[in-house]
Amino acid sequence: MSRIIVVTSGKGGVGKTTTSAAIAMGLAKKGHKTAVIDFDVGLRNLDLIMGCERRVVYDFINVINGEATLNQALIRDKNCNLLYILPASQTRDKDALSQEGVGKVLDELRKEFKYIVCDSPAGIERGAHLAMYFADDAFVVTNPEVSSVRDSDRMLGLLSSKSRRAEQNEEPIKEFLLLTRYSPERVKLGEMLSVDDVQDILSLHLLGVIPESKSVLNASNSGMPVILDEKSDAGQAYDDIVARYLGEDRPHRFIEDKKGFFRNLFGG
Amino acid sequence: MSNTPLGLEFKSSTFSVPVLILSTENLDVIQQQLQDKVKQAPEFFKSSPLVLDLQELNKSGYSMDVSVLVRLIRRVGMFPVGIRGGNVQQNKQAVDLLIPVYSIDHREVSSSKKEVAPAESAKPKEPLKVKQVSTTLITQPIRSGQRIYAEGDLVILAQVSAGAEILAEGNIHVYNSLRGRALAGVQGDESARIFCFDLAAELISVAGNYKVSEDLNHVVRNKPVQIYLQDQALIIKDIELHH
Ligand SMILES: Nc1ncnc2c1ncn2[C@@H]1O[C@H](COP(=O)(O)OP(=O)(O)OP(=O)(O)O)[C@@H](O)[C@H]1O
Ligand SMILES: [Mg+2]
Repeated sequence: MSRIIVVTSGKGGVGKTTTSAAIAMGLAKKGHKTAVIDFDVGLRNLDLIMGCERRVVYDFINVINGEATLNQALIRDKNCNLLYILPASQTRDKDALSQEGVGKVLDELRKEFKYIVCDSPAGIERGAHLAMYFADDAFVVTNPEVSSVRDSDRMLGLLSSKSRRAEQNEEPIKEFLLLTRYSPERVKLGEMLSVDDVQDILSLHLLGVIPESKSVLNASNSGMPVILDEKSDAGQAYDDIVARYLGEDRPHRFIEDKKGFFRNLFGG
Repeated sequence: MSNTPLGLEFKSSTFSVPVLILSTENLDVIQQQLQDKVKQAPEFFKSSPLVLDLQELNKSGYSMDVSVLVRLIRRVGMFPVGIRGGNVQQNKQAVDLLIPVYSIDHREVSSSKKEVAPAESAKPKEPLKVKQVSTTLITQPIRSGQRIYAEGDLVILAQVSAGAEILAEGNIHVYNSLRGRALAGVQGDESARIFCFDLAAELISVAGNYKVSEDLNHVVRNKPVQIYLQDQALIIKDIELHH
């Protein structure tokens, strides 16, 4: 049975595309055939993060409109042959996505792929709605600040009322919290909400915390999902998240202020 | 491709709108009782949309001129936005006034049948009917942007987020954090109460008497409280838990 995962947030710029690329790569590296779809029509950048922007011939909209087959449009990842990318169109406007069309493409993908990761655009409008509508699981990407948390809460409301599963009275979408761009130092200074604050507001299962990290920018500049940078903290955090999603029990990391921890340890 | 930016969008959305069930043709009685309701809960009724339900009225063989009724309701300060249970002529009158005609929801028909059970029908009938409705139970969190309306009591086992709104004609119970807006007794029931485990609401209201978050600064958090009306004032009181 395949699973459709939507990576969503409401608020923009919180790390959805970074997360989509990382977890799609992580799932594929664990041996699961995975497709990752860019729903951000007009602003595509998943292909940049995946480093396949120069191999785009056809896109998601072409497939919906019947101008290309799915196999023509899917791009095989250069690092992992179980991973495929379906890029967004840069030239069409976002109305080219229709619910029926998206549903058809996803049904076809379900036949071939174990996991289908949908990178949602920001907002709660049409594009974001279509990205989450058919989902089985939702990764709600949240930054530790009030406005991002509020938008995630809003998105959770939509997931539980406006999705296909909700409308057809099926088992609800499984929701997971991903807290990204987390900086324990700034939490300590009171500049950011803590993990506990966010969980208290959202009461949601925490899949993992991704620290604020330079490695994310480096990864996107080199067109490699950050999870491939095994030495980096963000890469390891995403690796934990994929493992936990697949049922492994791993302790949470990157929540404590490391410097503070050592200082406490050595009484400094 | 056209260069005109998209100027509109159709969306499907659900609203809760009060339904006015009429059971008298006496316009003076209707006007008086409506004015009383508006006075009791101006927050809720003033400028409120309204759907007219003429089913009971027609069943009892009373007549009603829809255009006169609509004028009366507008004078009281409410906006009729639909009609249901009307006869052919009433429906035509409504459409002439640009008021849409809705069909009767079958679930409600069966529940109103229950109400005419022998024990009930012995009681003298009020002209504006007070519906007997059961408790609404919710086990999922109510998230920002969501709105819940219960015709009776509302019991919520999960949290109510900031930016969410819960309304009940009866009592509200929240066995978790209440961070959004909670309005009990929205049809004017002054004996309605709000109970919650952790009061951090944006607004609380009983029968139109409200307090906003700023007024709640002194409230002790993480403690069960109840909110009720006493001499037109909202009282917030700890609930003592006996172990
Ligand atoms: N853990 C992190 N540490 C540091 N920078 C990060 C991290 N996660 C994301 N970023 C940076 O934040 C910016 C936004 O990330 P990304 O494009 O993934 O967000 P998004 O939610 O997809 O945005 P949009 O809503 O525009 O689609 C990028 O510049 C990215 O490099
Ligand atoms: Mg993005």
